[in-house]
Amino acid sequence: MKDMNFLLAGVGGQGTLLASNVLARVGVRAGFDVKKAEVHGMAQRGGSVSSHLRWGQRILSPLIGRQEVDYLVAFEKLEALRYVGMLRPGGTVVMGEMSISPLTVSSGNDVYPADAEVRRIVGDATEDLHLIPSLSLAESAGNVRAHNIVVLGALSNLIQEVRPEVWLDVIAEWVPARFVEVNRRAFESGRAYCGSNDQKPMRSCGVLDQPTETEAS
Amino acid sequence: MKKELMSGNEAVARGAHEAGVRVAAAYPGTPSTEILENLAHYDTVYSEWSPNEKVALDVAIGAAYAGSRAMAVMKHVGLNVAADAFFYASMTGLEAGLVIISADDPNMFSSQNEQDNRNYARFARVPCLEPSDSQEAKDMVGVALDLSEQFDSPVMLRITTRISHSDTIVELGERDFQEPAEPPEYRIDRQKYVMVPGNARRRHPVIEERIRQIKEFAEDFAVNRVEMSGTSLGIITSGVAYQYAREVFPEASFLKLGMTYPLPEQMIRDFANRVDRLIVVEELDPFIEEAVRLMGIPVEGKSIFPLCGELDPTIVRESAVQAGLLAESSSVATSQPEVGYLPARPPLLCPGCPHRGLFVTTNKLNVVVNGDIGCYTLGFLPPLSALHTCGCMGASIGQAHGVSKAGIAQKHVAVIGDSTFFHTGMPALLNVAYNQSDTVVIIVDNRTTAMTGHQQHPGTGSTLMGQPAHAVDFETLARGFGIRHVYTVDPYALDEVEAALRESLDAEGPAVIISRRECALLPEAKRQWVALAVDEDQCNGCGLCFRVGCPAIAKSDRIDERTKRNKAWIDPLLCTGCEVCAQVCVRKAILFRDGVVKREVEVA
Repeated sequence: MKDMNFLLAGVGGQGTLLASNVLARVGVRAGFDVKKAEVHGMAQRGGSVSSHLRWGQRILSPLIGRQEVDYLVAFEKLEALRYVGMLRPGGTVVMGEMSISPLTVSSGNDVYPADAEVRRIVGDATEDLHLIPSLSLAESAGNVRAHNIVVLGALSNLIQEVRPEVWLDVIAEWVPARFVEVNRRAFESGRAYCGSNDQKPMRSCGVLDQPTETEAS
Repeated sequence: MKKELMSGNEAVARGAHEAGVRVAAAYPGTPSTEILENLAHYDTVYSEWSPNEKVALDVAIGAAYAGSRAMAVMKHVGLNVAADAFFYASMTGLEAGLVIISADDPNMFSSQNEQDNRNYARFARVPCLEPSDSQEAKDMVGVALDLSEQFDSPVMLRITTRISHSDTIVELGERDFQEPAEPPEYRIDRQKYVMVPGNARRRHPVIEERIRQIKEFAEDFAVNRVEMSGTSLGIITSGVAYQYAREVFPEASFLKLGMTYPLPEQMIRDFANRVDRLIVVEELDPFIEEAVRLMGIPVEGKSIFPLCGELDPTIVRESAVQAGLLAESSSVATSQPEVGYLPARPPLLCPGCPHRGLFVTTNKLNVVVNGDIGCYTLGFLPPLSALHTCGCMGASIGQAHGVSKAGIAQKHVAVIGDSTFFHTGMPALLNVAYNQSDTVVIIVDNRTTAMTGHQQHPGTGSTLMGQPAHAVDFETLARGFGIRHVYTVDPYALDEVEAALRESLDAEGPAVIISRRECALLPEAKRQWVALAVDEDQCNGCGLCFRVGCPAIAKSDRIDERTKRNKAWIDPLLCTGCEVCAQVCVRKAILFRDGVVKREVEVA
């Protein structure tokens, strides 16, 4: 099997590191060599957080080279844009719908990229993009904070090498016992969402690709 | 055997447990902090947060003198603080294994400088091991301790951020250590352990001979290995750089060095003879490269790969292409999506951070602030821009004293955190009191070591292993040093801070202000969070509240009709209810906590 390189990106406090811990253990459970490197600076809350994660027969570097990312998994739209340059040609983007304004934006000194701009930039990088209404699906599952697991659920449907039970087992080990059920539902909804929309041309699914009235819902 | 995915830091902790370490001491510092945090979970090992790295190393040395395996852990700059102890430990040797973990931070993700601590190893004649992944990090703790005991020398295990914070698969072992039935006896050897000049002169040749013997030993040392493949290119490498180089040069032959000081000279010569072109791939200094060149062997390294920052596969590949080591075609594809400018997410003081109220006040009184290392360093960023120097741990107070002695008319203010004050601030405050300068020292006491993720310290009332401890009282301490003007204020109460600061600036002689309020992210503080709200009818968009630099305050979509400016909006998910913005607002347009509660009652 070819190595699989994942780059997870989000904002501190979003659950990016939990998601990368889960994804790493799923790889181990599935029998791969796994390496994971977390990249974060000094901010306690609100900074950019990214995690390089690799599955394969024998992984050497914990960091992924530029344009060698197979799956860019983003929990926040601006953070997705920050890393599209890492994607290999034809790579896959799985992106949650959240947007979190940096201080410079909320104080009015910067502008958060509009959805059309997000779509154009990601579209330039790849046709294989999966835009997941992670917040609304997580809310229906019972807790908006499970949006990260919704995104993992979506990703799971793109990785045929690993059965969903493996993912669910690892999630159950990594979230507090009282949240296991909510996270299971969140995972299933993300997985189902990505699965159903995958039948469309271009293998794209999600909020940004649909008409704007859906976007608002 | 059980296998687990572990970070390098977790693996070092596991390695200490397995290798029979009995005493471990450290001061928190990125990227090393999680080593002791993890080790504290093993009840086989006594672990502690010492007030600073020098104390931590002395503690570990004492334990090793007493016949127990010991470990001291620090970030690279921590070894600067502990350097004195590092050198004498090399001179004396030990009764049991001593390993010093130096976690270097190439690229300075969370550091003030980018030093390569392998230089310390050579400087002090201490062997240096460098793991390339978590498995090696775990194993090399035991290897280092064996080496330490075999040659009667401390051993440095040098890791880097990329080893500390990367997870790789580790095969676990058992703790290979028999607790002695009897309590250990302390062996007295004054000639070896009393480093007065007479004894020290006798010891110096001993440690020179020791390092010569270790150099011989290095030739057959299992951590150094040759991986032969093609002979056109030979690569000497160590640490995480080995992984990058292996990935980028699949055809090359490798000499992977697990011990980078002292170097196995014959092994290097033999390897050099078997390849047409020899290069060194290493992060930061040309440490191996220069040693190889001194052997008279033609070698390249920093002429190809960068001296500054950390390496990664892309940098190694592109540098190699540029140097003609790889074909142009192995360069990464050039077509990149047009991303353009993206708003950054710089580090910033969190919503509810107690430091914010203090800096709003120092700005109001226009004082120059000598800063220190901790979360409050972020006060230098706009819009606060309230901090004007930051050098190293504990530097603020000495600097402010020096400024005062240099005759600057305006009183300088030193701002230092609680943990940093214990680390190296105390002697500097003693100096202010002793040598009498008009310095104002503000101890920002947020009841924890916040920046590295909330570690205990001598002021918190608890230890790393969860034992209750006396919580040092800063006020008594300052008075004991001879400071007469001592104030304790709540940084959430701006009037209180301003009054104390004005009095301190007017006072004769030095003053200390303890700005005490627990970090807003501590669990007990979180339980008291209440989101404030803007009264949009009162707000005219003047923007004063934006200048406190709180991530929870944003521009609302509503425009004030008269000023044509955006009104303020408070993000209820981020706001903790510290009320600093509410105190700054002259139009009383931000509701205080009781106003928010009252409004909720009215709505209900």
